[in-house]
Amino acid sequence: MNNKIEVREFSFYYGAFQALKNLYLDIRENAITALIGPSGCGKSTFLRCLNRMNDTIRGTRAEGQVFFDGRDIYAPAVDVVELRQHIGMVFQRPNPFPQSIYDNVAFGPRVVGMAARRSELDRLVQESLEGAALWDEVKHRLRDSALDLNPGQQQRLCIARTIAVKPKVILMDEPCSALDPVATLSVEDLMRRLAQEYTIVIVTHNMQQAARASHYTGFFWLGELVEFNTTENLFSAPKAPLTEAYITGRRG
Amino acid sequence: MSRQQANKLAVGVLTVVAAIVVIPILLVIVYVVWQGLPALSWAFLTEAPRNGMKEGGIMPALLGTILLTLGTAIVSFPLSIATAIYLAEYAGDNRLTRWIRMAIVNLAGIPSIVYGLFGLGAFVLFMGFGTSILAGSLTLGIMTMPVVISTAEEAILAVPQQFRTVSLSLGASRWQTIRYQVLPHALPGIITGIILGLGRAAGETAPILFTVAAFYVPELPRSIFDQTMALPYHLYVISTQVPGMPLQIQYGAALVLLLIVLSFTLVATLVRTQMRRRREW
Repeated sequence: MNNKIEVREFSFYYGAFQALKNLYLDIRENAITALIGPSGCGKSTFLRCLNRMNDTIRGTRAEGQVFFDGRDIYAPAVDVVELRQHIGMVFQRPNPFPQSIYDNVAFGPRVVGMAARRSELDRLVQESLEGAALWDEVKHRLRDSALDLNPGQQQRLCIARTIAVKPKVILMDEPCSALDPVATLSVEDLMRRLAQEYTIVIVTHNMQQAARASHYTGFFWLGELVEFNTTENLFSAPKAPLTEAYITGRRG
Repeated sequence: MSRQQANKLAVGVLTVVAAIVVIPILLVIVYVVWQGLPALSWAFLTEAPRNGMKEGGIMPALLGTILLTLGTAIVSFPLSIATAIYLAEYAGDNRLTRWIRMAIVNLAGIPSIVYGLFGLGAFVLFMGFGTSILAGSLTLGIMTMPVVISTAEEAILAVPQQFRTVSLSLGASRWQTIRYQVLPHALPGIITGIILGLGRAAGETAPILFTVAAFYVPELPRSIFDQTMALPYHLYVISTQVPGMPLQIQYGAALVLLLIVLSFTLVATLVRTQMRRRREW
C-alpha cells in the first residue's frame, strides 16, 4: 500500500509552546488511521496541521515537512485554499450551516467551481448524500433546514458536505463525541465504506472506537508520537510501556 | 434597615429614576404632536412655501432631506462596510489598525458643527463642489461612518467562528467565506447600523448648514451640484429667522422631522428584533 501522507521531522509551536515534537509518521492510502492519546497530547493539533487549518490561528509556527502525494504542503508555493479541497475535514460537533440540506452539500462544489450546470450540481449533491448514507432519509426534503436533522444525521450531512468536493483525504476530529451510541456506530460503518475510496485520519478519545474502526493507530503523549503500528498490534502487543499503560487505562 | 427593606428601597429608587428619564422624551413627542398635528395635511407635505414662508407647505425641504439621506447612504454604505469587513476579518492587531480604530472612536466624538466646517473647507471650497447636494452628502456620509462601522463590525464578529472554519476547510477562499458564510448572517446587524446612521443624518442641522442647505430656493434641485432646502435647517430658519411666522407651521415641520427620524429608529429596531428571532445558531 502507498503512503498518502508522509510526515518528517515535524514540530509545531503555539507561540513559545511546542505542541508537537519532531514527528515521523506515514499515513497509508485507503486506510483508516486513528490517533489516540489524552486531552492536550497534540493529536487534534496534529490533525489540523495536515490541512493547515492552524494557519488561521495567530502566533503559530510549523517546522519540518508534511508530504501529501509527494509534495510538501508547507512549501512556500503551496496554494492552501486548493490544498484544503483535497484534504477535507469533519469536526467534533455536527456543524451544518444554517441553510438547507441541499445548500450545505452544494456549498463546496459551488465555491471551488466544480459544477457548471444545475443538473451536475444536483447529481453531485445526490452522490455525496448517498456516499454519506443519508440520501434515503432526506431525498424528499432537500430544501428543509439542515438544523432540523438529528445530530447523527447532521454529522453524516457534514461528511456528505466534505466528500462533495471530492477530497483524497478526510480528517475527522472526534466526529462521534457528540453522538449517541447508535449514531456513533452508523458513522463508523460509514467510515469503513468511505475508506475504500478515501484515506481517513481520525482523532478519537474513545479507544474502543480506534480498536473497532481503524487499521492503523498512533499514540500521542505530550506532543510526541510514542508508538505507531497496525491497530491490531498496537492494542494486542504494545511495545512502549506508556502505550500499554494508557490503553489498559492506567494512565491518561 | 433589613436586607429586604433595602432591596425594596433600591428597586423603588431605580424605578423612579428610570421613569424620570422617560418623561422628557414622552413630553417632547406629545407636545410636538399636539402642536403640529393640526398643520399636517397632504397640501402641507406637497406644496412649496409661499408668502415669505408664512404660508404653504414644506415640500422642497422634505424632498431635500430625502435626497440628502439617500446621498448619505450612497457615500457611507460602501466605505463603512468595507472598513468593517477589513477590521473584523483581515486586520490583525498592529499599529495601523490601532490608528484606524482610534480614528473611528474620535470621529464618533467630533461635534457635528466641526463636520460642517470640514465639509465647507474640503468639499465646498477645496474640491470645488460648491454648496451642493454632493458636498452635503459627503459631509453627512463621513459623519455617519463611525456608527455604521462599529455596528457592522460587531455584527460581523457575532457570526460564529465555526462557519468560517468549515467554509475554509471545504476549499473556500477567505473572500468566498466572507461573502457567502459571514456577510449573509451579519446583514441584519449591518442594516440596523446603516438605518441608525441615516436617522441621525436626516435630523442634523450643523453639517448641512455650510455645505448644502438653502435658506429658500423656489426651484427643486436638478443635479447633485445644486443646493437644496432641508428639513432641519428649514425648521431652524422658520423658527428663528422669519418674524411673524405662524407657530402651527413651525410645529408641523418639527413633527414631520420627528416622524422621519423616529421611523428610522423604529425600522432599525424591527430589523434587529426580526434578526434575533430568525437566528438559528
